[in-house]
Amino acid sequence: MALSKKTLIHMYETMNKIRLFEQKLQEFFAAGEIPGFVHLYLGEEAVATGACSALTDADMITSTHRGHGHLLAKGGDLKLMMAEIFGRSTGYCKGKGGSMHIADFDLGILGANGIVGGGGPLAVGASLASKYKQTKDVTVCFFGDGASNQGTTQEALNAASAWKLPLVFVNENNGYGISCPQCKSMAVVDIADRAAAYDMPGVVVDGNDVLAVYEAVSEAVKRARNGEGPSLIECKTYRWRGHFEGDACTYRCTEELEEWMAKDPIPRFEAKLVEGKTLTQKEADKIKESIAKEVAEAVAFAKESPMPATSALMDDVYA
Amino acid sequence: MENTMSEKTYLQALNEALKLEMERDENVFILGEDVGQFGGCFGVTQGLFDQFGERRVMDTPITESTIVGAAAGAAAAGLRPVAELMFVDFIGVAMDQLFNQAAKMRFMFGGKTTVPMTLRMPQGAGIGAAAQHSQSLESWFMNIPGLKVVIPSTPYDAKGLLISAIRDDNPVVFLEHKLLYGVSGEVPDESYTIEIGKGEVKREGTDVTIVATSLMVHSALEAAERLKADGIDAEVVDPRCLQPLDKDIILDSVKKTHALVVAHEAVTFAGPGAEIAAMVAEEALDYLDAPVKRVGAPFCPVPFSPPLEQFYIPNADNIVEAVKSLR
Repeated sequence: MALSKKTLIHMYETMNKIRLFEQKLQEFFAAGEIPGFVHLYLGEEAVATGACSALTDADMITSTHRGHGHLLAKGGDLKLMMAEIFGRSTGYCKGKGGSMHIADFDLGILGANGIVGGGGPLAVGASLASKYKQTKDVTVCFFGDGASNQGTTQEALNAASAWKLPLVFVNENNGYGISCPQCKSMAVVDIADRAAAYDMPGVVVDGNDVLAVYEAVSEAVKRARNGEGPSLIECKTYRWRGHFEGDACTYRCTEELEEWMAKDPIPRFEAKLVEGKTLTQKEADKIKESIAKEVAEAVAFAKESPMPATSALMDDVYA
Repeated sequence: MENTMSEKTYLQALNEALKLEMERDENVFILGEDVGQFGGCFGVTQGLFDQFGERRVMDTPITESTIVGAAAGAAAAGLRPVAELMFVDFIGVAMDQLFNQAAKMRFMFGGKTTVPMTLRMPQGAGIGAAAQHSQSLESWFMNIPGLKVVIPSTPYDAKGLLISAIRDDNPVVFLEHKLLYGVSGEVPDESYTIEIGKGEVKREGTDVTIVATSLMVHSALEAAERLKADGIDAEVVDPRCLQPLDKDIILDSVKKTHALVVAHEAVTFAGPGAEIAAMVAEEALDYLDAPVKRVGAPFCPVPFSPPLEQFYIPNADNIVEAVKSLR
């Protein structure tokens, strides 16, 4: 698939944005400056980037508890995200949601979700609304390997297929559901095999190859827009960090991690872009520099922002 | 234009509310198990499939999580779904989608969305359906910030409150009682709304306040008639909604009568009566001449066999007895 230079560069920027944003979170979480839980997406940047690059602003996504990547790839604002994760009143959710509950309905981000498997039924509803209103908008439901075993996910796959909804299920198989490896939690090797049970296409892609993800999701989005129903794309990837920051990760071996870190999706894509003369190495470095600056600005914005006033506690419980 | 009134059942009143709202607003649609051609488990959606077609009256697979979650997702994406669960008892299957998703989306996302969905669920015992098809679970829902809980007792209230629920921008849990579906009353043919959170005095009295909900409103009215023969003039207050709760109507009545009995079909322990009694104790204790009495179901699952089931359901006798025990 021939992609414009602009799109390719945007993908490269997005991957780096996710990477640098999260590395900052890692740093500040370790320093005790971020409350609660933080679930990092490091190593999985190609999935969100590839998938969201196939979407328009009007298309919608449902995200997971590991949602920063999805949100940024869908256009989420660095400052508003950072401020939310720092619990500030200027954040996306005015400090009421935190890392696991960021949404931006203007960008079609229907929310990160703290419940594993919580997003499937919501994605059914969102895509049902598109079909009902006869728009051409598509919903992407991101879910992990852990969520693929939840009844809600299976229900959503079934309903979406029965109703031919414009819904694309993007499974991010990072190998672990918290500490439990895939081999202990399911008998199938490819989650995409489950698509057969719902009579929809099931595709396995290299989740560390942003272009492969983009192509597979684009194909599925095209089908969905044409009224041909949902698809299931399984992206094989790996979670570099523990389930959450602070997780000692005693359940997996360093060799495995090293093997996957060697397949880092960012340098891999960068090499391709440089080789294909889309970017020079110098330009690539410049992009990274400029994103690092944006991330630093987001941190400064978050840190300078006030904590929410306790008088705001009861706001937005009801409309 | 003068409203024309006619005698309608609670079921017909609900059906009319759905029909009128669907005619008024293209974004209103129905989803649930067997709500289409079949007309709903108890017949509430009868005829709507023929009028509006399958796009707007959608039969779903038997997947309660997806019914509730899809309603929440569609609501967040701009529609006004009215979802039906055949029995309130099935909410356990879908509870996450209701209390963690629908109820919290607005708050967690800092007011970035509204979730204008209505979830209709029949509850209550009395048809021999046993423990998994007969519960009254309203106290579960009133304990969840973000939800509104409506529990109408008459056909008039059912229609006006359902129209309000559909127009409300919040997730509304709408609890119907199976034994009320056949109860008739005067209902305007036109559309009208009843404010959610506004109770009604169903019978004025001076000697004791009986706060009752759903089927128990009828038992309380029957009890009041019997108490009259004994020279006790009972006031029957139906809050009609448990979240938000019309505190004023209850407090005003207690300040007038100085005595309170709360009657509901949910189990007494941690039931809605516990909240109402505590609220009155906090805000109007000095007005009470006697301790508050609660009438509710015993703390056991709903039994199957008819004599056991009848014994289980609170009735007018229990309310009369509770009132008399205050003296």
